[in-house]
Order: sequence, then C-alpha cells, then structure tokens
Amino acid sequence: MAEVCLALAIIGITAYAVLGGADLGAGLWDLTAGGDQRGGRVRGMIQRSMSPVWEANHVWLIFVLVILWTAFPEFFGSSMSTLYIPLFIAAFGIILRGAAFAVRGQAATMREARSFGAVFASSSVLVPFCLGAALGGIASGRVPVGNAAGAPIDSWVNPTSILIGVLAVVTGAYISAVYLAADAVRADLPDLVESFRTRALGAGAVAGLIAIGGLFVIRSDAHGLFDGLTSDGGLVLVLLSAAFGVLTLALVWTRRLSLARFSSAAAVGCIVVGWAFAQSPYLLPGELTLDQAAANDATLTALLISVAVGLCLLVPSLAYLYRLVLRGTLDQEFQPLDQRFRPLTADDHPKQP
Amino acid sequence: MDGILLAATEVVGKLGESDQQHLVWARELQAMSFVFHIPLVAFGIAFPAIVVFMEGLYLRTGKAHYRALAKRWSKVMITLFAVGVVTGTILSFEFGLLWPNFMATWGDVFGLAFGLEGFSFFIEAIFIAIYVYGWDRIPARTHIMLGIPIIITGITGSLTVIAVNGWMNHPVGFDLSSSGVVSNVRPWEALFNDFFWHELAHMYFAGYMVCGFLVAGVYAFAWLRGQRSAYVRAGMLVPLTVACLASPMQVVLGDWAGRTVAEKQPVKLATFEGLPKTEAGAPFHILGWYEKSTQQVKWAIEIPDLLSILADHDPHGVVQGLDSVPANDRPGPINVVRYAFQTMIGIGTLLAAMGVFYAAVWWRKRRPPRSKWFYRLVVAAGPMALVAMIAGWVTTEVGRQPWVVYQIMRVENAVTDAGGLPIAFFAALAIYLSLAVTVFWLLRRLARNPPEVEVPGPVEAS
Repeated sequence: MAEVCLALAIIGITAYAVLGGADLGAGLWDLTAGGDQRGGRVRGMIQRSMSPVWEANHVWLIFVLVILWTAFPEFFGSSMSTLYIPLFIAAFGIILRGAAFAVRGQAATMREARSFGAVFASSSVLVPFCLGAALGGIASGRVPVGNAAGAPIDSWVNPTSILIGVLAVVTGAYISAVYLAADAVRADLPDLVESFRTRALGAGAVAGLIAIGGLFVIRSDAHGLFDGLTSDGGLVLVLLSAAFGVLTLALVWTRRLSLARFSSAAAVGCIVVGWAFAQSPYLLPGELTLDQAAANDATLTALLISVAVGLCLLVPSLAYLYRLVLRGTLDQEFQPLDQRFRPLTADDHPKQP
Repeated sequence: MDGILLAATEVVGKLGESDQQHLVWARELQAMSFVFHIPLVAFGIAFPAIVVFMEGLYLRTGKAHYRALAKRWSKVMITLFAVGVVTGTILSFEFGLLWPNFMATWGDVFGLAFGLEGFSFFIEAIFIAIYVYGWDRIPARTHIMLGIPIIITGITGSLTVIAVNGWMNHPVGFDLSSSGVVSNVRPWEALFNDFFWHELAHMYFAGYMVCGFLVAGVYAFAWLRGQRSAYVRAGMLVPLTVACLASPMQVVLGDWAGRTVAEKQPVKLATFEGLPKTEAGAPFHILGWYEKSTQQVKWAIEIPDLLSILADHDPHGVVQGLDSVPANDRPGPINVVRYAFQTMIGIGTLLAAMGVFYAAVWWRKRRPPRSKWFYRLVVAAGPMALVAMIAGWVTTEVGRQPWVVYQIMRVENAVTDAGGLPIAFFAALAIYLSLAVTVFWLLRRLARNPPEVEVPGPVEAS
C-alpha cells in the first residue's frame, strides 16, 4: 500500500510540474516580454490563458504535501526541517506570485500592472528554482532523518540541487510556451503563436542540453542517483523522457501544438517517475526506505479510500473545467495588457443586454 | 476514552527532543499566518451561499441590480479565494517547516482530514473559476447550478481542518504505550473527535457573521451617505439578514462549546477565568487583571456563581481551578486568554442583541430598522465580528498551551530545530502587511466602481 501512496504523490508531483510548472513558466515569459508596449500582447495572452486555471493547477502542490505528511510523516518532518531555507523562500514566493497575479487582473493603471507584474514574474522564477533545489537535496542524499539534522545551506546549494532547480525553471518555461502557443492558435492570434512557438523551441533545446549536461553533474555529485538513472527502470524512463522531448520539439516545429501539449507533459512525467525508480527503495537515500517511512496500514487504507472517493468527484470536475477552457467557453476577451489602460471610448460600452 | 488524558506518558516525538531557542517566534509566525487566513475562511464558508442566493433572486425577479450585485460579489469571491489559496498553502508549508516533529509523529493520525480538505479545495477552485469566468457564456440556469458545488466544498474544506484542531484539543484515535510510543492508529476516530462538532458549528456561524456583517457594512456606509438605490439596499439587507440570523445562534453554540471545554479541558476553562483553586459556585470576573504572584484577579467586576452556571448550568457546580495541574502544565499568558475570551463574549453578546433587534423590527413592522444609529452599528459590526472570531481562536489555541496535542505532546517538543526563525517571522510580517494593504485597497476600489461596469464587454477583461 505504501507503493500506491507513493504513486499518488508522484502523480501529484507530475501534475504540479506540468500544470503548475506551466503557470510558473509563464512568469518567466512575462518577465522577459520587454517594455510596456512591446510586451503588452504577450502579457495580455498570459493573463488571458492563466486566469481561469491557475488556482486549480496550484492545488496539486497542496495535494502532494498532504499525501506526504499523511503517508510518510517521518520523511515529511525530516526533509521540511532540513530544507527549510529554500522551502520558506518558495512558500513566500507562492504567496507573492499568486496574490500579485490575482491583483494584476484588477489593475487600473499601467503603473499598477507593471509593479504587480514584476512581483508575479520574478517570484514565478524563484519558486520552481527553490522547489527543484529542495528535491535535489533529497535526491542527492543530503537529507538525514531527524529534526533539522541536515546542513542548512549545503543541503540545497550543491551541484545537483542547482541543476534540478534550473531544470525546473527551464522545463516550466518550455511547457508554458507550448501551451501558450496552442492557446494563441485558439484565440486566432498568429503573431503570438509564432512568438511562443519560437520560445518553445528555444526553451526546449536549452532544457534538453541542460538535461544531458546534467547527467555529468549528477555523476560526479550524486553517484547513487546517477546509477539509478542509468540502469533498469530508471534508464528506460530517462530514454522515454528524451524521446518525448524530441517528439515534442518535432511537433512544435511542424505546428501540431495541441499534440505537443500532451507529449511535453509525458516528457516531464517520465523524468519524475524515472527519478522515483532511481531512488527506490529509498525516500531519503541511504537513510529511510519507503517501508520504514510508511505510516501504519489503517492510515494508508483510509487515505486511499478518501483519495478514491475524492478522485470520483475531482476527475469529472477537472474534465469539465478543461473542456470549457479548451472549447473557449471561459476565454476572456484578448487584450494586450497595455491596451487595457487606455481611456475608454464610446465603443467600449455595449448596450445593456 | 479519557483514560488517554490521564496517561502519565508524554510524547517527545519521532524526531527526538528539540532545543529550539526561538520557540516563541515559531508560535507567533504560525499565529500570524492563521490570523491572516481565518477571515478568508469565513468568506469561503459563507460568501458563495450569499452570492448564489443573490443570483437566485435575479433569476426569480429578473431585476438587473440583483445580477449586478451577484456578479460583482463573485469577483470579490474569486479574489479572496485566490488569496486564501496561497495563504492556505503557506499554512501547509509551515506545518512542516515550523513543527516537523509534530507532523512526523502525528501526521498519520490526523492526516486523513487534510486529504479530504485537499479535494474540497480542488473542486472549489475548479467551480469558482467556471462560475466567475462563465458569466454571460454559460446559460443562466446552468450557471447558478455551478455555484452549488462552491457552497458545498466551501463547507467541507474547512470542516476537515476544524476536525484537526478538534483533535489537537481532544486527541483520540490511537493507543499510547507507557514509553510514549503511538500505535493502533484509528484515523476515522481521530477525525470525528468530541471537539469536532461544536468547533465546527461555532466556526460556521462565525463565518456567516463575519462575512455577512462585513459585506453589509460596505453598503450600510453608502446608505448612510445618502445612496438610497435598490442596488445599495439589496447589497446591504441580504447579507445583513444572514448575519443577524446567525448571531443569536452563536450564544447557544458558544454555551455548548463552553460546557464541552469545562468537561474535557478544565484547565483551559480555569484559564478563561483565572480561577486559581477548584471551587463550587465559582464566580466570573469581568475585566480585571490576573496576578500570577497572588493568583488573584484584581480590579474586576465579580459576578458570583456565574462561572459555575456557564460551565455546568448549576450555580453550585464545581469548577476545576488552575491548581488541578502542576504549574508547568498551565498556560503561561493567562491574561491573554482571559481578555480574548471576554472580547469574544462581549462582542458576541452585542451582535446577538443586534440580531434579535433586527429580527424583532422586521417581525413587528415588516421593514428594516430606520435609525441611523442602527446602520452605524452595522458598519462597525463587520470588523467587530472579525475581532471576535480571531479572539475566539486565540482563546482556544493559547488556552491549550503548553500542549500542541492536549496533555500528550508539548509545543516545545513539536518545534523545528532550524535556525533563522526571527528572520522568517519578519519576512512573513512584511509580506502579510503588504498583502493586507493590497487586498484592502483593491476591494475599496472595486466598491467605488459604478455598478454599470458589471455589464459584459471589453472592460471586463481580467
């Protein structure tokens, strides 16, 4: 049963990496979009795409935390207390970016939109880096069992952590560019399709290069993890992930953007599962195995029952949301961000229905 | 069950003893995060129902101002939900970041509740987005139906979190060996502990009071300044009626909560009052100051037998005093708890009286009260209800000290060994302050926009 609970956590991490990661990645594009006028269209597109979905996407993170502390409480306590610096930064970043994004939607002047946008965008880069660095600390075996027993700095400032942090930022940027390009197709905005498509190709190539180069970093820094990633199940999944990555680039290149959504998600999913294989049977490498960390059977059973019931309600709801989104029912009027703040003209007020 | 509370063992926790220098900073940081999050919970509980009710009024009558109100409120609802999502996430992080030993030791006992909470939250996020972004795009009858899952999940989401707090006050659902090892965990039993029901009911009605009075207050303010439109009138009366119906109920529920505390957590009740010794016919002191050295409440108005009546419904009932446990098992800041308790009761009584008055005027004259003073009170009622709710949580949480799990695990054993807690505290303080200012500023501006902006069109883009 511990394996099933771990599988749930991994599904949650994958969903967050793909969906939440795409929202976080949009922050990078928002940050680098250029000045008010030049970046106005890109930012308008980001605002339009993310508004209806970012809250639902974000809840995956809470789902993961809950599964971890219920099913593997000792693992949760040990890793949170050692990795407190990056996790505190990530937590604060999450407040800032969520609130700033929600508030920017209501901004009334360009100046307001600019300052909230800056907070949203910069914390969107910080959050995935810190979460990735924390995962790197766990994966490279730098978190021991105990109350803040690991090194507060070295546990997350080390080659593996930095690699995974950077990879998290770039992957999110890549996925989000793919999604935004596909959304722009639906919105019938060819210039934005092209600009996000270029970004997707660029970020995809960078992510691929970092991933390949990263294997050498992992080999020298975390040998156990490297062995896991290059043998048996781990190797299969790493290769699958690479294959999906190449496929996605090809799909983006040939402008099959809706299909690229799925293959990019598969690429991320494979690497998360591959990581789980590489680390097995440990949750904290060398310290705590899955079986040692697992809660008692009564709790695991209760958790699985409640998750099963929850999924029965959640899956149709999510399907309904994404169907409405992909059909365009919830689409907002597209408006370049800077255009929202020009003085209103008579045409802006249609007659009362 | 209460054998467990008498167990001589204390649990140190799976991660061992802690030597945190900054325990108080961890507690203050957690408290601050809750103080910020709790008003948003109140809105999560009550606001969807009020908004959907308003939309229902529109569908029945076809009057545009009901629709404009429902639409505008739904925007407020999603903004507050967004802030609630992120501040709620911080709480999840802080459970691990500040109290890793508590989570490592008990996560499997109460974690189930959070599993259910996570799903409620998830479904709420989905339907709130569809509801708010679906105005004018989804057929009207379908649209109002989409509000119903938001109402339900708003209730179930907070329900399970309250269950965890109930469990911390009344820990059940596990066995404890004489060496302090937890075994035979029964998660469902932990979920439905004896404190769950009254905490739940008390919090729910508090949610309706806080949300109802705060929203009504905005329109009562406009009303007092002479804006007598149907829009302002409906915006004021609907939430006001809800809050005025909820507030007298709180007296009954508070009494239930008080008696449960008297029975299961006598030390906490003694702290409410600063009662040094166990006695029959215990008095109640209003205001005053508890002096540790003499163990007396000084300069207070003493009402004989009242505490016994509150605790036991009997003027001669025996109430346990602080002396029933060793000194280091009593809460430290007794006056904080006393004043929080009295603040809650004082404001609660006033608001209950206001609710009864409002209902009586409707009953007799078939119209709301006309006095300007009544509406001035409505403007003040929202912030007061909020203060009362936070005071209520201070009462129950500080009153539980020094225990994180009542009479089983001490807060000092639950805390992290990590350094830098004061830094985290001040960083969080800065963030929360700026967030509070931003949200307030945003809502004020939203209130200032003319209602005509609520028609569909390009101005809507957000």
